[in-house]
Amino acid sequence: MLAPQLEIQLIASVIAAACALPGVFLVLRRMAMMSDAISHTVLLGIVIGFFLTRDLGSPLLFIGAALTGVLTVSLVELINRTRLVKEDAAIGLVFPVLFSIAVILISRYAGNVHLDVDAVLVGELAFAPFDRFVVFGYDIAPRALVIGVIILLLNLMFITLFYKELKLATFDVGLAASLGFAPAAIHYGLMFVVSVTAVGAFDAVGSILVVALMIAPPAAAYLLTNRLSHMIALSVGIGVISAVGGYWIAHWIDASIAGSMATMTGICFGVVFLFAPERGLVALARRHNRQRWDFAQQMLATHLLHHEGTPVADAESRIEHLTRHMRWAPAFAAQVVRRAISRGLIYQQGDMLALTEYGRRFASEAILR
Amino acid sequence: MYSDRSIEVTDLTVAYRDKPVLWDIDLNVPSGLLMAIVGPNGAGKTTLIKAMLGLVRAAAGQTLIYGKPYAEQRRLVGYVPQRGSVDWDFPSSVLDVVMMGRYGALGWIRRPGRRERELAFAALDKVKMRDFADRQISQLSGGQQQRVFLARALVQDAQIYFMDEPFQGVDATTERAIVTLLQELRAAGKTVIVVHHDLQTVPEYFDWVTLLNVRKIASGPVNDVFTEENLRLAYGGRVSFLSRANGSAPETLAS
Repeated sequence: MLAPQLEIQLIASVIAAACALPGVFLVLRRMAMMSDAISHTVLLGIVIGFFLTRDLGSPLLFIGAALTGVLTVSLVELINRTRLVKEDAAIGLVFPVLFSIAVILISRYAGNVHLDVDAVLVGELAFAPFDRFVVFGYDIAPRALVIGVIILLLNLMFITLFYKELKLATFDVGLAASLGFAPAAIHYGLMFVVSVTAVGAFDAVGSILVVALMIAPPAAAYLLTNRLSHMIALSVGIGVISAVGGYWIAHWIDASIAGSMATMTGICFGVVFLFAPERGLVALARRHNRQRWDFAQQMLATHLLHHEGTPVADAESRIEHLTRHMRWAPAFAAQVVRRAISRGLIYQQGDMLALTEYGRRFASEAILR
Repeated sequence: MYSDRSIEVTDLTVAYRDKPVLWDIDLNVPSGLLMAIVGPNGAGKTTLIKAMLGLVRAAAGQTLIYGKPYAEQRRLVGYVPQRGSVDWDFPSSVLDVVMMGRYGALGWIRRPGRRERELAFAALDKVKMRDFADRQISQLSGGQQQRVFLARALVQDAQIYFMDEPFQGVDATTERAIVTLLQELRAAGKTVIVVHHDLQTVPEYFDWVTLLNVRKIASGPVNDVFTEENLRLAYGGRVSFLSRANGSAPETLAS
């Protein structure tokens, strides 16, 4: 048996990977909020399944709960299709109703079983290692780990088998339909996979972490790559890093493990959001700044080119002209001139500016653009 | 001149509740020609294509592709949706998108391989986009996106192509490239149905034209049916397009 510490991290990592796989497609299909709805409403399926089977470990309960997730999706679509309610509002209408029915059922009839409302939101990761999966007297692993691995394998199989179909139906529904790929079936297949994942992950990590693990890692990966396959791999990686990192944060500050992991997914996303090489905020700000100076130099060079060799060239080429007629702030004008000179676009004679040969070409190209 | 019928539409009606979008359309398209579908906004041009491909449900009527329902003839049909109908920020390369055209031939589960890559490269050559094969699709201009979509249709190696506004918002170079491509397709015996907006270019680009305004106004050889009277019927008399000779009038003023 592994140390409980290690087992908790292993369980969380496996679930993080399992969540990230369908999460990628939720994010790309703009259905992120659906994971929120599904991860809550499966509770109703679990509760009803429990009343019928009297066994929290029954596979029947598993399937029933997953079907509740699919039911959620179709209810949302049904309400949305009336065109009386928008889709986001429809999600907000359906899931609290189903979720709260489950909460009422638990509080009224299941008070003394292993089902409580707190655990629903944040799970019981800390106790997961003590619930063992035992076969013929052999202790194999924590039950949550076994379930997690099974779901991870199922998701992996689903995404690998139907990679091409998911990609096409996500990018271009019309073409998918015209080629006979039944986008509706692919859609519901994905929703079923999301639901199964939510049910499986639910017990260990709770619904909040399910949402965080399905959405934040893919959203971060989306900013890091231009390839779907890379996006999937990165999502899994970021999910696992969040899970392990979150565990140690919880360990150090002695806080809720699931809460720390969810926070960690947010931190990971935040870091990527700020520092992604091409699409991060910092890179964007840098680019905008560069464009601003670039454009100012283009304006300056173009202005000089326009008046080169004309009678007014003398007046138009003075530095003070930039501040007076082009209405540039003196500091800005000085900066632009300095940059243009160091780039070899212009040179300065007294307080007159003139284009270099390179500057002339640069200006001509700027005009043509 | 034209041999068999490629497309045969009978009594096709598409409605949104009790509001007809297409009203009892009958259409026969001989094979091996370029046909434009023209009509004012809201005339149901896109809906007609989608209904023929079974993408929207028809309230009545049917479409036969070479004598059989579309579902049995998918492999004979290539479809180019409107460029704006997809999310170009999707994480994918140009080559990836073009290979999607082969998915239908591959069927479920089988993955594209070397052969599909080669076909995709050949199609990119035809639309002069080979150098862009590895480019992320969000970095393309509108004209380049359209060419990628055309390349994707080309790899389908279909007999009939449906194109929804391929000329919409493309640069002059791309427009010429598309026209050349259409002519090559016709020369290879393919039938191409194009939803088109620019009335000016109809006689130059197309052999056949269908004028549509919820109902079919006329359909036939451009020389016979692309007349002022028919245009007036389709556009409700508010057509500034009058003489093909002067060529100065812009599209239409129909609202």
